[in-house]
Amino acid sequence: MNPRLARWLVNGALFGCAAVAVLPLLWMLSASLMPAGSASSLPPPLLPAQPTLDNYRALFARAGMGRYLLNSLAISGAIAALALVCNLMAGYAFAKLRFAGRERLFRALIGALLIPAQVAMLPLFLLLKYAGLVNSYAGAIVPGMATLFGIYLVREFARSVPDELLEAARIDGAGEWRIFVQIMLPLLKPVMVTLTVFTFLAAWNDFMWPLIVLTGQEHYTLPLALASLVREHSEDTELMMAGSVVTVLPVLVLFLALQRHYLQGLLLGSVKG
Amino acid sequence: MSRGRTAWLFLTPALLVLGVFFFVPVLGALGLSLTDYDLYALADIRNLRFVGLHNYGELLQRPLFWTALGNTFYFVVVGVPLSIGASLGTALLLNSPLARMKAFHRTVLFAPVVTTVVAVAVIWRYLFNTRYGLVNHALAVLGLNPVDWLGDPHWAMPTIIAFAVWKNFGYNMIILLAGLQAVPPELYEAARIDGASRWRQFRHITLPMLRPTMVLVMVLTVAGYFQLFAEPYVMTEGGPLQSTTSVLYLMYDDGFKWWNFGVASAVAFALFGIILAVTMLLLRLARRGAAA
Repeated sequence: MNPRLARWLVNGALFGCAAVAVLPLLWMLSASLMPAGSASSLPPPLLPAQPTLDNYRALFARAGMGRYLLNSLAISGAIAALALVCNLMAGYAFAKLRFAGRERLFRALIGALLIPAQVAMLPLFLLLKYAGLVNSYAGAIVPGMATLFGIYLVREFARSVPDELLEAARIDGAGEWRIFVQIMLPLLKPVMVTLTVFTFLAAWNDFMWPLIVLTGQEHYTLPLALASLVREHSEDTELMMAGSVVTVLPVLVLFLALQRHYLQGLLLGSVKG
Repeated sequence: MSRGRTAWLFLTPALLVLGVFFFVPVLGALGLSLTDYDLYALADIRNLRFVGLHNYGELLQRPLFWTALGNTFYFVVVGVPLSIGASLGTALLLNSPLARMKAFHRTVLFAPVVTTVVAVAVIWRYLFNTRYGLVNHALAVLGLNPVDWLGDPHWAMPTIIAFAVWKNFGYNMIILLAGLQAVPPELYEAARIDGASRWRQFRHITLPMLRPTMVLVMVLTVAGYFQLFAEPYVMTEGGPLQSTTSVLYLMYDDGFKWWNFGVASAVAFALFGIILAVTMLLLRLARRGAAA
């Protein structure tokens, strides 16, 4: 094939695919800036004739979007922080501390990755109901405080730390906790960033468990609020698009800022798995 | 303090969380599926009865379960190959020495993956709106008749599949791209010297080298696609005519709309069993293929 034609084809195809990937998101942004009702006209407009922030104002003033945004931030933030602590400690133990049955236990945990999370949801709901945690922030947070994936990720990363480093500290008389905090944690910084972004994004985007456990509107996260809004206000295209922007933008920005860490985690978590 | 005890102390928080909020509930689900746990039992646990495999037997005779199972298999069997095809296609494009602005394209192509399912499903609802959606408008420009994408039982599932492919292909694209980049360039070098065409290089070097990655991607994607829930919940509410009711959607309805926890647990376990069986089958096929 003619090399110029080949280059043209490859890049044309790439641009085409990129356009398909991003156009729905750009349309969302554009429609969110249209005056109410104007997206539902023929021919459907691509850009707002007179851009306005009215939809965002309506969302925050009337639909309580501020509250949902804070709920999402609080729940995802708490899950990311707590899961970081649990997963770091467990991943470190599996990588660097010797104990009887270590490999067997780890293999069992990895095997459990095959169990879909939804299998646990019905009894989990009953458990939390008897504990009085249904429709509370805690109910949305507690099941996410440790993840099999996170433990695996930390273990993979921590294994590359030389044992000699830890042994030297032990000979110097450092306690196990101090070794973990002062020697291990600084070395684990990259995986801490990766894990935090991963867990935060997953928690932010999660739908089914919050839908089950958060029964009252006052506790809704953004995806729940959006799903219930679209059932009530499905005619208000522009309002719904503004709601989608508010939901998607934070995670998109977070991803763009920490892309390298996120993709590293994705590869570490799946290529060797 | 002994080394072993230290290790267990470090493990305790994570194991406690996983144990109480995952492993015990999984076993509980198995137990629940053998009972008639419903609204009456929820009100007073003394109404609970052990029914053995009754729930599973009922499931097999329930048309809606078979419909949901059929819909879910439709989604998996059509959606997974399309998804992986899109991932492989874009990964090959990104890996091409001719491609420009690779980092930019990679980011843009990956962007849908990090977006919130519910939010982007809402976008698609409007893009595929029968009257005002841009998709039907584009069809009209081409002189084609409008399609009632989400309102026609024949089109609702294909629309959801298109959405899922758009949303998810970037994930496997990154994994496959890493697989492609791990192929030693000397292999292509040698093939070129032997005069092998581009297609033959792809067929005899790229595909075999990519095989382990492909198997992994396939297993993960199949397991993930069996868990279809949020898309129909937001886009079609399981309709029209239950054409997009998935197994998990059924579990959700049985459990949290009708409070039939016994039946819903049986649905959940049936899905788990199916995912397990299909995963084992795929791995066995992959192993046999590798040996051949």
